Amino acid sequence: MSDGSNNKKMSIIVTKGTLDWAYPPFILASTAASLDVDVTMFFTFYGLQLLKKDVSHLQISTLGNPGMEMPMMGMHMTMPNIVSMIPGVDAMASSMMKNLIKKKGVASIEELRDICVESDVKIIGCQMTLDLFEWTPDIMIPEMQLGGAATYMGKALESDINLFI
Amino acid sequence: MATQTLDTKGMNCPLPILKTKKAIKGLNAGETLEVLSTDPGSVKDMEAFCKSTGNKLLDSKDNGGVYTYIIEKS
Repeated sequence: MSDGSNNKKMSIIVTKGTLDWAYPPFILASTAASLDVDVTMFFTFYGLQLLKKDVSHLQISTLGNPGMEMPMMGMHMTMPNIVSMIPGVDAMASSMMKNLIKKKGVASIEELRDICVESDVKIIGCQMTLDLFEWTPDIMIPEMQLGGAATYMGKALESDINLFI
Repeated sequence: MATQTLDTKGMNCPLPILKTKKAIKGLNAGETLEVLSTDPGSVKDMEAFCKSTGNKLLDSKDNGGVYTYIIEKS
């Protein structure tokens, strides 16, 4: 819980719903909260995936991702775009990534999200996205509050740091 | 001798900081926390954490791959 000793505020717009892109917003939000920063996260479009109760379905995409280099058998493996079209390749790459995450002592998304919730990070889900994708609040974590662009602007205008991820 | 010791060896960023925050919360002002870490990034991170939260970093040591920090709760 923030004790507010430094009076700083941060907002993050979270727009991406893949396993790799789930990390930057949750790492920054949990760390900022640990540094006594008052944090608000606004989840919109694919970012809203990260607020589902179950996030075990999150995957990385190998398509158009030349920066992805997985350590494998002492080498580094990249994925040409044509390989991405083979069914099951993303699932395989995602499970390799999850194994690496465990092996290297990196936190899981569930763990980081739990810490955000425990540290009073405000979690706002985009009402319009929920409606657009026909998702109901009961599949989302109960800490999610619904809001819209104006809710975000209200937070952003009073924040010291505003990020779009 | 620190009031409490927190072992974060093997954990990667940002877990050492997140666990430190949790442990500090359970201390009274003036009590100290010793943190052990193998994350080389934790050297700068612990400084930034203490600067931002107002807790005092009394000591920061590298004992051959294991970093030791002593933090006093303000």
